Amino acid sequence: MDNISKHNNAHEKLMQAIFFLSASVSVIAVIAICLFLFLRGFQAISEIGFSEFILNEKWGPTNVPPSYGILSMIVGSIYVTGGAIILGVPIGLLCAIFLAEFCPPNIYRIVKPAVNLLAGIPSIIYGFFGMQVVVPFVREYFGGNGFSIMSSSIILGIMILPTIITISESSLRSVPESYKEASFGLGATKEETVFRVVVHAAGSGILTSIILGIGRAAGETMAVVMVAGNSAMPLDKIELLRPIRTMTTNIVTEMSYASGLHQLSLIATGAVLFVFIVILNTALSLIKSKSARN
Amino acid sequence: MREVDDEKNLRKRKTVSIALKAAVWFCGILTVGILVYILSFILIRGIPKINMEFLFGEYNSETLSAFSSVVATVEMIVISLLIAVPVGVFCAIYLSEYAKRGNKAVKVIRLAVDTLAGIPSIVYGLFGMIVFVYAFGFKASILSGICTISIMILPVIISSSEEAIKAVPDMYREGSLALGATRLRTVFKVVLPSAMPGILSGIILAIGRIVGESAALIFTSGTNVLKDPTLNLLASQRTLAIHMYMLANEGLPHSRDMAFATGSILILIVFLVNFAATKIAGMFGRLNNE
Repeated sequence: MDNISKHNNAHEKLMQAIFFLSASVSVIAVIAICLFLFLRGFQAISEIGFSEFILNEKWGPTNVPPSYGILSMIVGSIYVTGGAIILGVPIGLLCAIFLAEFCPPNIYRIVKPAVNLLAGIPSIIYGFFGMQVVVPFVREYFGGNGFSIMSSSIILGIMILPTIITISESSLRSVPESYKEASFGLGATKEETVFRVVVHAAGSGILTSIILGIGRAAGETMAVVMVAGNSAMPLDKIELLRPIRTMTTNIVTEMSYASGLHQLSLIATGAVLFVFIVILNTALSLIKSKSARN
Repeated sequence: MREVDDEKNLRKRKTVSIALKAAVWFCGILTVGILVYILSFILIRGIPKINMEFLFGEYNSETLSAFSSVVATVEMIVISLLIAVPVGVFCAIYLSEYAKRGNKAVKVIRLAVDTLAGIPSIVYGLFGMIVFVYAFGFKASILSGICTISIMILPVIISSSEEAIKAVPDMYREGSLALGATRLRTVFKVVLPSAMPGILSGIILAIGRIVGESAALIFTSGTNVLKDPTLNLLASQRTLAIHMYMLANEGLPHSRDMAFATGSILILIVFLVNFAATKIAGMFGRLNNE
């Protein structure tokens, strides 16, 4: 008897250690990603010079002498992400309101799975669709050659829809019924109640969905590379209907033939993107802890 | 005078209300419309192009066969799941069954999992390239791809497993412990089996991610296509998603057609994955699978 319980105890201890080790894998992975990315990134930035890298708009790693400025790509990333937010947030938010407040159950059974499916479609499909449909559309109706900030924004706007819709919907649904009843009691219509009271009360959830949407749009690579045209433009040539290069597409278009400092500078571009994502994540956890305190 | 104003005001409010309602319905329908348009656009052009030659034939400029990519994709799914599922499920067990409430380690682990979930795939790709391809010397190979993507799918598996384990009623655990089972036995014989549907739906979603991933794999498992597909993990072989990317970028009409075909296969897999995940999660009693 004693033997068995001792055996059990050892077993229990061993498995507990294994559980803990498995749990620490994520932590180790995050540390390793930060470490390697920043180590290589710093290597590049210290060789190029911080302001030469971040604040210089001239990108020409194969020029003589080479220049490694990514400012125009940082601006490019900001533009396409901004465009995606302008297009995706209103549509996604209204769709979330539709799902949470106005949608009859039999239609909900169609729209909700559709949103989930939209989230599951690989970025390469969005990119290819953009290349075949959105780019010719923009070329035809707006001008330019179609590969542009506008096309990228349209595709990214579609891609962030499921993020915005799913998270906003669940935060809209968690608004207490009594808020609505109070508003109805004051004589407000259903629409006034939803837009003035419910949306307001769900504010922090909606903000969370927008921040996640920004993260998704800024980090998207393969869909953007197929519709953006990827020319590194000087700042004063950046326009809605002209080609654009973002930080992510800079990495993916040049990595296959890059070497030496060129390759390191691409990794450093990834590190800058990573810093941006970390800032977004920090903002998210601030919102989370603030709304938890309320 | 007052009455007229009130009436005017009321009419205005009604008009605004109707407009808002219309906008909300429009956006709901628009979202479904976009999805239907994208899917039908690719499927209509792609499905007629799928044939045996394309799926299982030898690769040449005529067939542009996806067989090498199918093999690579299957390899990648099976082995990365073998790595990530135990690690992810064990992590979830630690978080929900073993860690004490308010434990500092739990906070750090949660933060790490959230961070992993938010990292863009291109950053995973860079990390995989620096560490697995160069530092570990795996070169551009399926193995490098597997290592990279196993880390990437961890958060999906951890959060769905944790949610499923948390949903198991405490009664079950108490009953098992009262019968004299150890904590470990309770976890493996009582908690995990009841949480299985939730864990499975997480695994299926992870499969969807592996199949659709391209940015994290392009510099790790590479873009090679082999005449004789191999199970050798040290060979570089492109997956289906990368096959599609390469075909789409070639710019020839024939390769574009075959990109449509590859896209259709990807979409059919995504359909299957979503359907299965929803069905299995539904068995679990949760109607809204997110």
